[in-house]
Amino acid sequence: MDRVQIDRLMELMEYEFALTETALYLNTHPKDERALRIHNNNSAQYFRLKEAYEMDYGLLTNQGMSGYPWNYVEEPWPWDIDFIRI
Amino acid sequence: MWLYEKKLQYPVRVDTTNPTLAAMIIEQFGGADGELSAGLRYLSQRWTMPDKRVVATLNDIGTEELAHWEMIGTLVYRLTKDATIEQIKGTPFEAHYVNHGKSLYPHNAAGSPWTATYFNAKDDPIADLHEDMAAEEKARATYEWLINISDDPGVTDTLRFLRQREINHFQRFGESLMLMQDNNGCRKHY
Repeated sequence: MDRVQIDRLMELMEYEFALTETALYLNTHPKDERALRIHNNNSAQYFRLKEAYEMDYGLLTNQGMSGYPWNYVEEPWPWDIDFIRI
Repeated sequence: MWLYEKKLQYPVRVDTTNPTLAAMIIEQFGGADGELSAGLRYLSQRWTMPDKRVVATLNDIGTEELAHWEMIGTLVYRLTKDATIEQIKGTPFEAHYVNHGKSLYPHNAAGSPWTATYFNAKDDPIADLHEDMAAEEKARATYEWLINISDDPGVTDTLRFLRQREINHFQRFGESLMLMQDNNGCRKHY
């Protein structure tokens, strides 16, 4: 996993975390329009980045389309990624 | 249902090999107030929770706890994966090693295996949400003590993130409790 891939994964993780936060908040505040706007904007960007990442580096979930051979099994698994050089 | 994504919720960093610290962090993998207890508690309580917003909260926080459980497992794994026998001998991790090697296994820091008696589901929203709020604060306190004993900066960084999530979840459960108590026009009041 090279520097560029780690950076792109980290960017994806940041958007994913932002979505987790706004989703939890919206569960108890479903009528907060400002929070909903933030969530929807981040959601659109998250799915754009995720699609591009999977195209370049392989599947993050087992539902996507893979080249040959099936790339979902490729390493690293998340617990083996070396974030130390950040 | 659940869908796995091949990524962690937060970039877990570990700077050293440290079996002693690993043996203490296992508290949050299989201890009473650990991430496994938290996840199964909230997910078990979903079916009988009467308010849809609170069901969503239990569902999503329960799911996030499983991602935290994965992060804790990653901390323990990375603190021990390069450890030699000499580095393991004489540390508290030695007792884990003779049974499990370097596998992850849910027990607490003192070695007691995880048990479902660590939580409850009462089919009572007030009882359940109070348990949930207490659980978040107990987990936060555990993270405080773990941060106090951590001598690995990467591990401390991850523990701080997890401590902050406990605070956030406590807030969401507090709001859930208020939603239950403020349900105007409902047939049933809590």
